[in-house]
Amino acid sequence: MIGNASPAPGLPARGGVGLKPEHFRDILASAPDIGFFEIHAENYMVDGGPFHHYLGRIRENHCLSIHGVGLSIGGESPLCEAHLDRLARLLDRYQPESFSEHLAWASHGGAFLNDLLPVPYDAATLARVCAHVDRVQDRLGRRMLLENPATYLEFAASTMAETEFIAEVVKRTGCGLLLDVNNVYVACVNHHRDPYAYIRALPPAAIGQIHLAGFARDTDAAGDPLLIDSHGAPVAQAVWDLYAYAMERLGPTPTLIERDNDIPAFPVLLAEAQRAEAIMNEVDAVRPQEALA
Amino acid sequence: MSPHEAFADSLLAVQPACPPGLITWNGSDPARRFAVYRNNVMVSLIDALADTCPVTQTLVGEEFFRAVAAEYARANPPRSPVMAHYGADFAGFIEEFAPAAGLPYLADVARLEMLRAEAYHAADAEPVSPEAIALLAADPGRLPAARFTLHPSLRIMESRHAVVSLWAAHQGDDVYSALAAVDTALPESALLLRAGLDVEIYRITAATATFIRHLQAGRGLGTAVDLALAADAAFDMTEALGLLIRAGAIGGITHPEGEQT
Repeated sequence: MIGNASPAPGLPARGGVGLKPEHFRDILASAPDIGFFEIHAENYMVDGGPFHHYLGRIRENHCLSIHGVGLSIGGESPLCEAHLDRLARLLDRYQPESFSEHLAWASHGGAFLNDLLPVPYDAATLARVCAHVDRVQDRLGRRMLLENPATYLEFAASTMAETEFIAEVVKRTGCGLLLDVNNVYVACVNHHRDPYAYIRALPPAAIGQIHLAGFARDTDAAGDPLLIDSHGAPVAQAVWDLYAYAMERLGPTPTLIERDNDIPAFPVLLAEAQRAEAIMNEVDAVRPQEALA
Repeated sequence: MSPHEAFADSLLAVQPACPPGLITWNGSDPARRFAVYRNNVMVSLIDALADTCPVTQTLVGEEFFRAVAAEYARANPPRSPVMAHYGADFAGFIEEFAPAAGLPYLADVARLEMLRAEAYHAADAEPVSPEAIALLAADPGRLPAARFTLHPSLRIMESRHAVVSLWAAHQGDDVYSALAAVDTALPESALLLRAGLDVEIYRITAATATFIRHLQAGRGLGTAVDLALAADAAFDMTEALGLLIRAGAIGGITHPEGEQT
């Protein structure tokens, strides 16, 4: 268990934007006043070329979060040590203020499925996920943040709620949480639960970062709403509302705007990051102290 | 079969399938919801191939390309989370893909685009100084034994088809006219190199391709020239070496002592 290993000084409690190659030149030219950038670790696991060229320069002037999408922490087999080595090299090179990964799996039997796949919430999975988080934190020598998933299905085998499962991982491993508010909203609509109660059920002190993104609307076989975590649209109003509620409980927290599809011009995303910043500051100004209790 | 194995198999199955043990809050058919994961996986893998092979896609149209890519992805899911390298054998798959047999050059265009992606992400290196080149040129007696360290991004490809012309025809605005001027049956060779941030693709002769391959394998300049001349008596070393220098392909020059070449 890693107790207080969060690397100082950490991400600032401001808005950030996911770094996309489409915006490299614009960011270097405009030097935006922004809290931080976040990259997907796997995109930068290449030897050289433009990705490292631009990230190196952008990193000189900005805080950085490295967000893994390929560790398969929820996987049935042991973590891929070669992939942990690649991660360790990347973290060593860029010294990010934060490192996060997902409560999901993507690899099985040597195949990488390139999606964040769901796990059942049972004792066996809990033990495996905790062992994997322990291994990540040991190998990387730092505390990681674990992100709550957007899911479309549930497992008959689950014996606990997702929030119970996540809280137990935090308790056993000492990891922090990346609260993806869009994922909370998507999963709670998809499984007919209360997203506000979901946020109340997580340990607030563990939450080190927030993700916000847009979703797409679909319906399931019964005609009920099925939201898809598409990262391809502006943040929805319902998610902004839920975010404001989270900020009331948590206080100002580093907040990332994620956009991976239908990527608009950089200023559009910067404006969403500024909106998040305005909400966290506004809520903080009127927040009663006991809200933290 | 473990739960993840059943899940993974159903994700990649040709026929829509749904693994056991899944439930929904309203009792609706989980297959509809599982289809979201199936779609995510297939679309992300096909998109990855399409991002790497835009010209290949334009040549056959989006629908055909996505059908080939889907078949490839089902049979050859990535083996690593580093997606930049996904599709290394996609060109080989296209070569064996019967519905594409009418376009014999298609696989080589995909091969060229895969090499371009490799070059894009390859390690960085600085070219040797102009002084080092001048020094080499000033001492012709030492030329044959000289060995070159070539840029890590350098790739050579030899094709029985006009791959460089086909690729180049898609880089301008008027693709249709440019394509009409290409004789696809003419063999072409390509030199790919990322000297700065952009990958350049040069059309080279087959003899120059032979020459560069031997330099890349660590053979001395004299040996590489002899082998290129054996392939084609018209091989022009000055021109080939000039291209490598201009392109920034030479990262180092060594002169092993007592070298017999």
